Amino acid sequence: MSADLAIVLPEIILSVYAMAALIFAVYTKKDAMAPTLMLASSALFLVMALWIGTGGSATGSAFNGMLQNDGFARFAKVVILVSAAVVLLLSQGYMKQRGLLRFEYPILITLAVVGMMVMVSAGDLIALYMGLELQSLSLYVVAALRRDNVKSTEAGLKYFVLGALSSGMLLYGASLTYGFAGTTTFEGIVQASEGGISLGLLFGLVFMAAGLAFKVSAAPFHMWTPDVYEGSPTAVTAFFATAPKMAAMALFARVVHDAFGTVVGDWQQILAFLALASMFLGAVAAIGQTDIKRLMAYSSIAHMGYALVGLAAGTAVGVEAMLIYMTIYVVMNIGTFAFILSMERDGRHVTDIAGLNMLAERSPGAACALLVLFFSLAGVPPMLGFFAKYGVLLAAVDAGLTWLAVAGVVASVIGAYYYLRIVYFMYFGDPDARRIDGTIAPLNAGLLLASAAIMLLGIVNMFGIEGLAEAAAASLVN
Amino acid sequence: MDNLLSIVTFTPAVGALIMALFLRGDDEAAQKNAKWLSLIATGFTFFVSLFIITQFDPQDTGFQFVEQSDWVFGLTYKMGVDGISVLFVMLTTFTMPLVIAASWDVKRRVKEYMIAFLLLETLMLGVFMALDLVLFYLFFEAGLIPMFLIIGIWGGANRVYASFKFFLYTFLGSVLMLVAMIAMYVDAGTTDIEQLLAHSFGTEQFSLLGVQVVGGLQTMLWLAFFASFAVKMPMWPVHTWLPDAHVQAPTAGSVVLAAILLKMGGYGFLRFSLPMFPVASEIMAPLVLWLSAIAIVYTSLVALAQQDMKKLIAYSSVAHMGYVTMGIFAANQQGIDGAIFQMLSHGFISGALFLCVGVIYDRMHTREIDAYGGLVNKMPAYAAIFMLFTMANVGLPGTSGFVGEFLTLMGVFQVNTWVAVIATTGVILSAAYALWLYRRVVMGDLIKESLKGITDMTPREKWIFAPLIIMTIGLGVYPSLVTDVIGPSVGALIDTRTAALSAFEMSTQVAAGGY
Repeated sequence: MSADLAIVLPEIILSVYAMAALIFAVYTKKDAMAPTLMLASSALFLVMALWIGTGGSATGSAFNGMLQNDGFARFAKVVILVSAAVVLLLSQGYMKQRGLLRFEYPILITLAVVGMMVMVSAGDLIALYMGLELQSLSLYVVAALRRDNVKSTEAGLKYFVLGALSSGMLLYGASLTYGFAGTTTFEGIVQASEGGISLGLLFGLVFMAAGLAFKVSAAPFHMWTPDVYEGSPTAVTAFFATAPKMAAMALFARVVHDAFGTVVGDWQQILAFLALASMFLGAVAAIGQTDIKRLMAYSSIAHMGYALVGLAAGTAVGVEAMLIYMTIYVVMNIGTFAFILSMERDGRHVTDIAGLNMLAERSPGAACALLVLFFSLAGVPPMLGFFAKYGVLLAAVDAGLTWLAVAGVVASVIGAYYYLRIVYFMYFGDPDARRIDGTIAPLNAGLLLASAAIMLLGIVNMFGIEGLAEAAAASLVN
Repeated sequence: MDNLLSIVTFTPAVGALIMALFLRGDDEAAQKNAKWLSLIATGFTFFVSLFIITQFDPQDTGFQFVEQSDWVFGLTYKMGVDGISVLFVMLTTFTMPLVIAASWDVKRRVKEYMIAFLLLETLMLGVFMALDLVLFYLFFEAGLIPMFLIIGIWGGANRVYASFKFFLYTFLGSVLMLVAMIAMYVDAGTTDIEQLLAHSFGTEQFSLLGVQVVGGLQTMLWLAFFASFAVKMPMWPVHTWLPDAHVQAPTAGSVVLAAILLKMGGYGFLRFSLPMFPVASEIMAPLVLWLSAIAIVYTSLVALAQQDMKKLIAYSSVAHMGYVTMGIFAANQQGIDGAIFQMLSHGFISGALFLCVGVIYDRMHTREIDAYGGLVNKMPAYAAIFMLFTMANVGLPGTSGFVGEFLTLMGVFQVNTWVAVIATTGVILSAAYALWLYRRVVMGDLIKESLKGITDMTPREKWIFAPLIIMTIGLGVYPSLVTDVIGPSVGALIDTRTAALSAFEMSTQVAAGGY
């Protein structure tokens, strides 16, 4: 028993911290404690990331396979923790300025992070659902953090209603799976599906895939994404775009490989279709957007499509490519949102793309960094975003999905248009447009530049994440 | 000097980095510093690249100055040059200082301008030296970014349309090549170009969506590469981005585009399509030859109808590139020698012609042919230089333009007489549009009021043309300067190709029960 507890110690520490912080803040100065709690949470996340990353925490499977803290889970956890910590730090200035700095925010984020950590190490349908709901419920609340704003409450409500629907589908799939496999553990499901999947299990798989596709915002289950991205406070949007995406994608990989690893052919088509639809929908629908948050929402849909291409390969190489893709995606998004958070005109936060007109004249450094990031998002070499796409395409061709790779590159050309459009606004747009006029906070500027620098310098050796991702993928797929 | 190629490739990028980090402001002093720094960086690059050409051994048909180290995803950072690529490297390093010198009058955002050109030089050099598929792709594609910005920021009135068209057109062509490269890696297990040249890709016929693909995998790969290189070249009918890009780009951008960027397509055909997919190339050769013949005649006719000088020269470039593709896919010694020669000579001539347009555009701010006339009265030096390059463009014997056209026509005549006959009419048409342009702009009486105050070329402008004149005449009267360097490598390429083709014929005959 104590060995089991040692494995989930990071999750326990974070949960205890969240509850203790909640009680502490309620009985002391409430919202005045928020800045301290934000910093404390970030620091705790980073410490946990370091601890898990260096192999300090116990590994193995706990509670009869309910939770698996293997190399794959640890890779995903480190990415989740680090990105959550960075986004929390980033959002402090933004939240303060807009009077959104409530003490519940860092606590809810902490709980969401615990949920994500459970998700990525789930070895059982119950653990999967618990983690997913802990994360989702926390996120529904933070989406509606701005109670006095119609769009924010709308975002929260929409997220909640559609999220509940998808959870229902997932649960339905899970119960079908349990009914036909006779067990909720992934190990048991794998044994039940050995030598061919039964029709009931297949239905379970399809419904679970639909629920998970909603969580990663893959088309055609993406409808909530643009509205939630647009309506939520920008700091919350930045969070949505990073850690939860990594967690959901890792969970997706877990379910298909751990629970259905013997019937790759059956889920490969589902994932390939989701990938295809997401890549094209994300690329086409983003073209007409005028709000940069909505644009980033569609961009994230397209990126999930590419990550799913890696997953659809159904091989260890594919999982490795997916992990590398998601890591690079998270870094790019943190840099981009560091800038979006500081977009201001006349002292008010704005998110219209036209505000970027001729940014290169006002702040050449930021414009140059954004140029790198947007070309990286578009997958144009020599930025790291290209290597992310190269990895998933390689996995797809290697697995015989050449048609999907061809579709992917065609979608990337369509997608390149809207990234180019932003570069066009920044570098040779209309100088008479209503432009943004705020200054960028040092922290945001630093993260923006750091993220751009990573995209450029990463081409030397990708900072060694290739080897780590390979080891992580090997522990999942065997 | 183990890292000679890397030094040459990355010197301009280092110059750009220094400028980005240490140059502040956009006042006159900073602008001057930026210009001189870029001139020094490109000049130094040219100087170092002279070591490559002097130490290069033409008799060795393998890759020389090879550098190799491991990289991500099992790729390698591998650089090297052979007889086919070394002269393109020289063309690039030779052209860039002239381009910088020709941009001396740029007033707006000079620092960014120079950084863009320096980065572009690094990426172009990388394309010609890369010996790893993905490294090649990286340099090939990344060059789009600075060029997109050059057209977009410093371009003409319709620059937004032109820059987007340029980027998306070439990007779409290239991504299919990326998938083909990945497929090659999956098939051969390596992305090393040297090993891939020795690998033979499958030619088993298979059926795709009900269509029988003759030549199998090779044909599919060939088509994907063709999509990229044909756009880059550009070949008719996917050439439409080029006139737009040329017209809107600033003078220096046009020069780089015409002199160097267009050569990447031809280089790609020689490095990948022809040697790696010999069977597919043989199957597809008639298609390419006919497309080239159509391109030569059609774009020459289109050039005749142009009102804009840059557009006219752009269409003439497409026509001249038609000779290049024709020569390459004639696939004999004269054809390929001629194609490479034509690319190099076109680099000097079209670059010079765009500079000629730039000279009068800087004075009158229009490229309309009708706005000029009788310039010889006020600008005698300009008239003489423009005349020389017009004649070179026509292909007058004694200029480098003649040698390339003659060799490619001779090469293709042995393969397909009809294509040669049609392509030869292009020689006449090119004389028609080029001489007519010259007559309308330079000859006659100076009657237009606006031209009365025009001044002749400054010493700086004259000096820029000097090296180009020397190269054009020099290669025209002594073509062996080029053919001696490229000959052995081209010969080796043809030998391996012939061997691969006869092996393929043997296998098909065996399969058909011929023996």
